[in-house]
Amino acid sequence: MERILFYIIAAIMIVFALATVTSRKVLRAVMYLLFVLIGVSGIYFLIDYSFLGAIQIVVYGGGVIVLFIFSVLLIHHVELELEVTPLKKKIIAGLLSAAGLGITLWAIITYPFKAVNTSQPIEVSEIGNKLLSYGDGGFILPFEVISVLLLAVMIGAIVIAKGKKLGKGVSRKEAGAQNEN
Amino acid sequence: MIEGISIYEILSLSSILFFIGIYGFFTRENLIMVLMSIELILNAAAVNFVVINTYLYPDFLQGAIFSIFIIALAAAETALAIAIIINLYKLVTSVEVKDTEVMKY
Repeated sequence: MERILFYIIAAIMIVFALATVTSRKVLRAVMYLLFVLIGVSGIYFLIDYSFLGAIQIVVYGGGVIVLFIFSVLLIHHVELELEVTPLKKKIIAGLLSAAGLGITLWAIITYPFKAVNTSQPIEVSEIGNKLLSYGDGGFILPFEVISVLLLAVMIGAIVIAKGKKLGKGVSRKEAGAQNEN
Repeated sequence: MIEGISIYEILSLSSILFFIGIYGFFTRENLIMVLMSIELILNAAAVNFVVINTYLYPDFLQGAIFSIFIIALAAAETALAIAIIINLYKLVTSVEVKDTEVMKY
């Protein structure tokens, strides 16, 4: 049962990931990306890590995708189509990524992983204890660093997105000086 | 771990996702689409962390916790990059990669 579910999710993810990078309509590409991200959260649920699956749906399905949709609507018309990438570039990029994929798959398949056959779900309480623990293997320092980083990003995004529009009389230097104030 | 699925299959899936993201990163000419390819790459990396944690070292939690950090970083990076893209659109009225020669003004 779980095996069949995994294969269905994997097929959906690969098809929609390909659609994301090849679709010429921006808004549709964003929706395809949403399917891929929800597929990733499905993988997390299958591995018995429900907490991260929920986080994935909340952060990506609820936050990042909405941010993408807003920026697309602010910048493009809904029906605007992207420029066609030159065929030569497509072929070179396709060959490069196919070669990289081949090497990576070869390395994975030939490496003898010593998989353990005990299955135990990851509990939320353990994660919370680890994140706030000062002892060995505790993650209090990265946790604090991430929170400072999120604060800095919040302020930075507000300051950057508020930048003045370049009018006819305003030179680039003046606009820069206004932004710094 | 998933019943009947070995670690090789999940690692193959995540590397396929990773290289689809790389392909999009190379071919797309629009900054938002480049950012979406980066999201694909980061998600593949996070799946790898969780899978290697649960299949090879189920007694530890390092991979599980680092995937939370990856998600936080990806969200922060997306918010900042979209702010930069919107500001850039105000300046040069374009979000194509070839038009963004001036990032500093």
